[in-house]
Amino acid sequence: MSIDTLPRAVRRSRHLPPGRRWRSRLDVKVMPYTLVSPYFILFAAFGLFPLAFTLYYSLYDYDLAGTTKWTGLGNYAKLLADEDFWNAVTNTVGMFLLATIPQLLLALFLANALNKRFRLRLAIRMSVLLPLVTSVVAVAVVFTQLFARDWGLVNWILSWFGMDAINWRAERVPSWLAIATMVDWRWTGYNAIIFLAGMQTIPRDLYEAAAIDGASRRRQFWQITLPMLRPTMIFVVLNSTIGGLTLFSEPTTFYNGNVDGGSQGQFQTVAMFVVKQGFREFDYGYAAAAAWLLFLLILIGALINFLFVRRIGGTK
Amino acid sequence: MTNWSPTLITRVMLALAIVLSAFPLYWMLVIASRTNADAVAVPPPFLPGGNLGQNIVAVLNNEDAHFLLGLTNSFIVASVVTVSVVIISTLAGFSFANLSFKGRNVLLLAVLLTMAVPLQQMGVVPLYRLMVSLEWTGTLKAVILPYLLNGFGVFLMTQYTRQAVPMELVEAARVDGAATLRIWWNVVLPAVRPGMAVLGINTFMLMWNDFMWPLIVLTPDNPTVQIAITSLNARFSTNYTLIFAGTALSIIPLIAVFVAFGRQIVGGLMEGAVKA
Repeated sequence: MSIDTLPRAVRRSRHLPPGRRWRSRLDVKVMPYTLVSPYFILFAAFGLFPLAFTLYYSLYDYDLAGTTKWTGLGNYAKLLADEDFWNAVTNTVGMFLLATIPQLLLALFLANALNKRFRLRLAIRMSVLLPLVTSVVAVAVVFTQLFARDWGLVNWILSWFGMDAINWRAERVPSWLAIATMVDWRWTGYNAIIFLAGMQTIPRDLYEAAAIDGASRRRQFWQITLPMLRPTMIFVVLNSTIGGLTLFSEPTTFYNGNVDGGSQGQFQTVAMFVVKQGFREFDYGYAAAAAWLLFLLILIGALINFLFVRRIGGTK
Repeated sequence: MTNWSPTLITRVMLALAIVLSAFPLYWMLVIASRTNADAVAVPPPFLPGGNLGQNIVAVLNNEDAHFLLGLTNSFIVASVVTVSVVIISTLAGFSFANLSFKGRNVLLLAVLLTMAVPLQQMGVVPLYRLMVSLEWTGTLKAVILPYLLNGFGVFLMTQYTRQAVPMELVEAARVDGAATLRIWWNVVLPAVRPGMAVLGINTFMLMWNDFMWPLIVLTPDNPTVQIAITSLNARFSTNYTLIFAGTALSIIPLIAVFVAFGRQIVGGLMEGAVKA
């Protein structure tokens, strides 16, 4: 359709006096590029340039005095042998799994519930989105207090069941659980709304036909809803993967704004590791190399998830 | 049609979801309106107290926190980024959706690819060094500039314009002798306003929440609101009422936006999800 525009506009310009004709041609030819250029200029300055320079920095050794030395792939080799880096990778992947799997299941069931008919629909949808519009740091502060060892609400509730107070920050698995709770609180409602949008595009006659054939509601969910949600699922899973593997705000706030991630780094993520190396130790080259490995991790994570989701949808 | 009416389990589940969503925010209000002694009491208090005003005044007057400055800075950063992103995206979206030019598809694909890269995290080191060499560290410019680039915005506005502005309308305006910019102003802008609103709200909330980059590039004496809360938290870690009053203040603008535009936010999210 859009191809028609050009000839017609150009044809029209033949009837104009030469000066205006020239200007009109220029407008049709050049204006489209002018309109997209702000984005691409910014992309060159703040997208392409940092990416390329991250690669460049990662090949050099920086020290506190500011001297630089070429090391080739030395930073990458050092990272792969660095226990702290692997600790951060383990933490990131662990928290990602711990947060994402229950989150997506809950979101799916919540979306299914939201898809029923009831009064106050908009109000209910808005209230499950409420966590998303609150600021991350503020919420992390609140959760950190809820998970406090001595007077936190969570430990108080656990004490009803005769459990001893858990020191949530001190150990690996408890700290992961606390952080995963913050992440899930924020994102479950959002993902449910996205799933809901996907569910509403599924034709209703599919369900009616299945009901006539005697399929139970549960069966309809697994056999119709889930497979038909595949495109939405890919969107949600990719989003969660990028967000989960670059996790930074919640664990940092959980340790009072410190990027060490606990006394033994038990909840330091890769993004925190990058900031620590780059801006606390000023080892720019090392931080840049870690940033590239983080990107690699995201690509691997996205690929695995993508393949996994394709399999889920395929089992019709 | 019985199929679509909620069962008891569904109702319970929804009620639980609503309570869990609201509880941390309610809790924030409870602690922010109490005293420090109440905050560490066992059993904990469950109803708001009467000290909210007093605690908020204490946060605003705290000289180390620079809280009012943080709120103002966040407002400036979020507004400037929102306005720029919406304008840049609307212009580019119009061009991609309604104009024809060589290389259009390749350029649009490039935009899509940039969306998949977490640029602000990947590029922190060179971005920081750039700001150092420009002597912009500690200033709001340094926070704003990297975020003017927003591939999602361009993509969203391209999709929206495609659907909201029929080609015939653009062609007709051309035949009437309107130049491209005039068409954008008179034909496209009025039609894509709802899309701009969704993008604007999203961008504003994203920027209000931004944490990692300001933490790197700003200092505690010229903070955004998230950095101000972080310093409060680090310096007065046991003064819960002070910190919670700060968090409550940081959330009020977001809740206000949400209440005012809730319908558009829910609608925009749901539409965007199906199209993406």
